[in-house]
Amino acid sequence: MSTAPVSPSAAALRASFGDAIERVLVSCGDTIVYVSRARAHDALAWLRDTPGQDFNYLTDITAVDYRDPERPLEVVYQLRSLARRADLRVKIALDKRQPLEVATVYDLWKGADWLEREVYDMFGIRFAGHPDLRRLLMWETYAEGYPLRKDFPLRGHFSRSEQTRQALAANPEAHYSLEELSIAEAFAELPKDMQERLARGERGFIR
Amino acid sequence: MSLRTVELALATPGLDEPGKPTRIPLGVAEPPGAHFDEDFGAEHMLVNLGPQHPATHGVLRLVVELEGETVKRVIPHIGYLHSGFEKLGEYRHYNQIIPLTDRTDYLSPMANNVALALAVEKLMGIEVTERCRVLRVIACELSRIISHLVWLGTTGIDLGAFTPFLWSFQERERVYNLQEAWTGARLTTSLTRVGGMMADIPDGWDQALREFTRTFPSTLDEVDTMFTRNAIWIGRTQGVGALSREEAINYSLSGPMLRASGVDYDVRKDRPYLGYEDYDFDVPVGEHGDVYDRYRVRLEEMYQSNRILEQALDKLRPGPINVDDPRVVLPPKGRAMSDMEAMIYHFKQVMEGVKPPAGEAYLGVENPKGELGYYFVSDGTAKPVRWRIRPPSFINLASLPKMCEGALLSDVIAINASVDIVMGEIDR
Repeated sequence: MSTAPVSPSAAALRASFGDAIERVLVSCGDTIVYVSRARAHDALAWLRDTPGQDFNYLTDITAVDYRDPERPLEVVYQLRSLARRADLRVKIALDKRQPLEVATVYDLWKGADWLEREVYDMFGIRFAGHPDLRRLLMWETYAEGYPLRKDFPLRGHFSRSEQTRQALAANPEAHYSLEELSIAEAFAELPKDMQERLARGERGFIR
Repeated sequence: MSLRTVELALATPGLDEPGKPTRIPLGVAEPPGAHFDEDFGAEHMLVNLGPQHPATHGVLRLVVELEGETVKRVIPHIGYLHSGFEKLGEYRHYNQIIPLTDRTDYLSPMANNVALALAVEKLMGIEVTERCRVLRVIACELSRIISHLVWLGTTGIDLGAFTPFLWSFQERERVYNLQEAWTGARLTTSLTRVGGMMADIPDGWDQALREFTRTFPSTLDEVDTMFTRNAIWIGRTQGVGALSREEAINYSLSGPMLRASGVDYDVRKDRPYLGYEDYDFDVPVGEHGDVYDRYRVRLEEMYQSNRILEQALDKLRPGPINVDDPRVVLPPKGRAMSDMEAMIYHFKQVMEGVKPPAGEAYLGVENPKGELGYYFVSDGTAKPVRWRIRPPSFINLASLPKMCEGALLSDVIAINASVDIVMGEIDR
């Protein structure tokens, strides 16, 4: 199974980035390159812009949390060169004792916008430099943690009764975020008590 | 909003003294000038679309910032249908994940089933049988047809054309009948298993499919007549929501959205799976990347899917549908009840499930909505460490704010329809 050849891009990355390339392996025919967190953005930009590599298409960004709690979290980038019809998987290993933060690739690929937001939402990994890093699938005041982490139980951290209580206590007036209300200059026109409830963040998100 | 008037463009009852068409006031009449907000045009207005709105195709909510009728910004809100499928998959055996895939992109369940089986087979290094490959191609292309038919009908309704909706849903109904006869279900098909299929096609099914492929293109011709040179359709779609080739790549679009922008990439051609390289079909590519080109691409894809179906029926030969591999496929019932070894395999299969070796695999397939990718990480146990869905319409929808910049509010409906979203897949 691992008899498939290593992608030549891995050797080219080694030549340019040296020790920042931590590990190269092949699984099921796919080449996986582990890059250090500090140089990951440079390596991804290099892969995108270097002639002969041309990984101009970001297929996916995701993360993996292993069952072994000692094993680092991994951020996974699936890259593709549309011209060369070649794929490459780049990974960043994140030690759980360190702050979970990597540099955003939004400046390289606009498609990273929602993908990075989803990884932040599901794993709590922050993307430094992302213009709008908010929760995406869960609501913004979701307080139970990061659902795809292995320490997150399948039914959530809170009891079912607590989840129900919070759902019923949600303020239905706070249908728009404060940012959206400020677009329409509608916040100032709200009743005083409603402004206070919104500012307390019963549902809306305060920056 | 003191005085709303309607311009009678077609049936002007007359002209007033300055020679302008008579305007008929609606609502409470106030004398002109009684109340006039001076910076009315400069004020930005917030319009909420959805989450319960037929034109948002599910529970998508768009908060639209308007200046007059021009869209300044679109803020999408998703997650109303979030079910945690990826988390749930980590607690399921590989074959038990297949029913979950039915429920992600529920407009093309059979194609999702095939993709999942292919991804696990890549993880395990299994090659399926020839008949299984042909049946899976049929499943994928039928899914493409029904998914595009839903897209065609609903987009037509969004833009004010009701009849093609009836035609396309009638054709879709025929495919659903075929799907029901094959799998026993119309929506939640769970058609594949790792290493093969849940069931072979029933007797006479291939004849029914041949009849479908013979008559289906005439409906497409009718839609073509109705839309392609229709002045209203062209006016609502051409030049609307256009993305250039570079933008489409930068926004990671896939499928018909990517090809409508002029990028010639189809997983079936460029990363062939299931023997697609042996089929003769064309990949339509647009040039303007607007809503109209997306319509043309999807319409042509249905003709091409029909061609593939015809070829697949010609290729269909009798043979086994499951691989002969006791690691993944249950032994025949008769052997399991009479042969000790077969019974052990049966027991291990049912109780423990399929166990791929430790490793990881990403497999992308060309689904109706774009490239669907399944990324599995296995640690050698029967349940995956990570099951990632690369949802095509999620990534395509992320470009909506970009496409809607500077468009009119009514264009937002057309652009949103052209993305071909399905919220079950976006929210997962």
